[in-house]
Amino acid sequence: MAYFDHNATTPVTSDVLAAMLPTLTEACGNPSSIHRHGQRARQMVEAARRQVADRLGCSPKEIVFTSGGTEANNLALSFPARHIVTSAIEHPAVALTLDRREQVTVVAPDTRGLITPEALRAALRSDTDLVSIMHANNEFGTVQPLAELAAAAHECGALFHSDGVQAPGRMAVDVATLGVDLYSVSGHKMYAPKGTGALYVRKGVELAPQLFGGRHEGGRRAGTENVPGIVALGAAAARPLRDTAALRDELEAGILAAVPGAVVQGAGAPRLPNTSNIRFAGLEGEALVIALDLRGFAVSSGAACSSGAVEPSPALLAIGLTKTEAKSCIRFSLGESNSREEVVALIAAVAAAVAHLRKLSPTYV
Amino acid sequence: MSEKLIAVAMSGGVDSSAVAALLKQQGDNIVGMTMQLWNQRRLPELATESASGRCCSIDDVYDARYVSQYLGIPYYVVNFEDQFEQHVVRPFVDDYLAGRTPIPCTLCNNFIKFETFLSMAAGIGAEKIATGHYARVSFDEDSGRYQLRRAVDATKDQTYFLLGLTQAQLARTLFPLGGMLKTETRELARAAGLPVAAKQDSQEICFVPNGDYGAFIAAYAKEQGLALPEAGGEIVTQSGEVVGRHAGFHNYTVGQRRGLGVAAREPLYVIATEPAANRVRVGGPEDLLTMRMAVRDMNWISIAEPAEAIRAQVRIRNRHVPAPATLRVRDGVVEVEFDEAQRAVTAGQGAAIYDGDFVLGGGWIA
Repeated sequence: MAYFDHNATTPVTSDVLAAMLPTLTEACGNPSSIHRHGQRARQMVEAARRQVADRLGCSPKEIVFTSGGTEANNLALSFPARHIVTSAIEHPAVALTLDRREQVTVVAPDTRGLITPEALRAALRSDTDLVSIMHANNEFGTVQPLAELAAAAHECGALFHSDGVQAPGRMAVDVATLGVDLYSVSGHKMYAPKGTGALYVRKGVELAPQLFGGRHEGGRRAGTENVPGIVALGAAAARPLRDTAALRDELEAGILAAVPGAVVQGAGAPRLPNTSNIRFAGLEGEALVIALDLRGFAVSSGAACSSGAVEPSPALLAIGLTKTEAKSCIRFSLGESNSREEVVALIAAVAAAVAHLRKLSPTYV
Repeated sequence: MSEKLIAVAMSGGVDSSAVAALLKQQGDNIVGMTMQLWNQRRLPELATESASGRCCSIDDVYDARYVSQYLGIPYYVVNFEDQFEQHVVRPFVDDYLAGRTPIPCTLCNNFIKFETFLSMAAGIGAEKIATGHYARVSFDEDSGRYQLRRAVDATKDQTYFLLGLTQAQLARTLFPLGGMLKTETRELARAAGLPVAAKQDSQEICFVPNGDYGAFIAAYAKEQGLALPEAGGEIVTQSGEVVGRHAGFHNYTVGQRRGLGVAAREPLYVIATEPAANRVRVGGPEDLLTMRMAVRDMNWISIAEPAEAIRAQVRIRNRHVPAPATLRVRDGVVEVEFDEAQRAVTAGQGAAIYDGDFVLGGGWIA
């Protein structure tokens, strides 16, 4: 089984697992305990905090560990803003959280999937207190011009939050250079386990806790620290980046050459080096995902709803695709375990499956 | 991949789960699939406490997934919500608003289960599909036709809802339960250890909570901006006497007796709903009787369209005992003359034509 769905989740690598395992057995202390078991756990948590801070280019005191990207986003977006500006291509962890707020303006991307500083400026108001725009899109991988967007937000006195869930495992991130005030991180998109994440909170930004029951995480997040998850996240953050761009480019070029009418989404914009979203006119992406799964390749299409069925991705609709077009898109997202052999085999499988599906399609001529 | 991959349509109920278990035991190469047809949270005013036993409830998907995992087969949920709304829900509502009584299960079979689903199955490499319907398919060498026969279990027979199946669809469809009694299905499920072996059968129209189609039509019409028939129109007898006011004619079905809100010495039944006049016509039991009807959009199954008059038995709703009749095809429309008058022949319902066990074909009552 070849896995090409790393934007959904990544496996835990052996080095990360090795770092985490002792915390499940002998290093099992509670970081709040006075004894040496507790002290050791505390040291491990703080070492991990330094590793994550180093990865993001910030101070360890600016890192709040959370249960994942969704909690980090919820905490950041709890900021008491009068008016919030966000984008139309956000992950539901941001979009649905902001649905609960009244004063929200949603900025549309251009057809490449980019939010331009001009578009953001047009949405800013004198009472805009918070802007939330993702760093790299999970569906098609476009990387937003965060530094310019953050500067535009700051010009009008607003804080800038970015959902960075897809970025740090795939590209260098420096929150100081980007100029962001809040930045969400997810462990399981960067080879740490699910259920672990962090929020960068720039020094000076005050956030009220959303979970109560203790003074953990500097009073910003109650609950005994998830020591195994935190240690794994630290270990993952300390790993060198391994570039998948060459393999991704080979996959993309191979599919475009083998499948007539295949179109890459977001091709004109800076993109994550591991993501390729391709539209195959005349077929349902859902059928292609299943056909490829039965042939041994894991890829994805659209957004999974509660039953596990697929709905067209709102982000793809936002960059101008029709519902039918959005439903014919497939996301391939690579990781460091993918081999050239897998890529070559995937190209052949995609070409065969697409040809079969188009043969059956009444709409494709 | 094997040429003989079979896609099993799994609802999470005992029948389709038993199909999966049976085929798996036979050594077939199968994949389980559940069709997501309707979002139960879409019309919030219909929200009920008991969401189970309704189509596409999360509970049913959970059960289908659990059974697939238990059997060790691949399993997928496929989203046909758009097609289901277009081909089943919208026509269902439109029919009621036009004074007809539709039959959504047949539409769903025609357009969703044996069309969209078959096509999805072909797309993923499955040559055939299998469902938990109680019906039998066989191939007749002499005529070169696939024939549809009633299930061995007469109480579970679902051929009435399959009257629209074409030869091409039947050629690729398996009904593994057609030769079994329901009790045998349950026993098979129990013996296979399926977690749904004791689950209750679903009953009503799957997307209509608690069988309250009037409430569903009202909620859907509101969402879609469709005008609902106005309440307060006349309820009139055959002689033209106004005996009451109705609550919107879409709330009435031909043959309905209860819930008319009319006090009368003799029992009154709905004879017809008349959209143009916003009227509901009522009458005595004798007014419901009909000797003749026409069947349009006829689909011939076990035989080709007959050139001459034939004798057959005609079923005009699911629980109806097929009634002997003489049939003639004229300009594609089947003229049916019953031997004895039939009660509540209803426009928009399906008519299935039988010769004993065989389903000769079916169409829609004009």
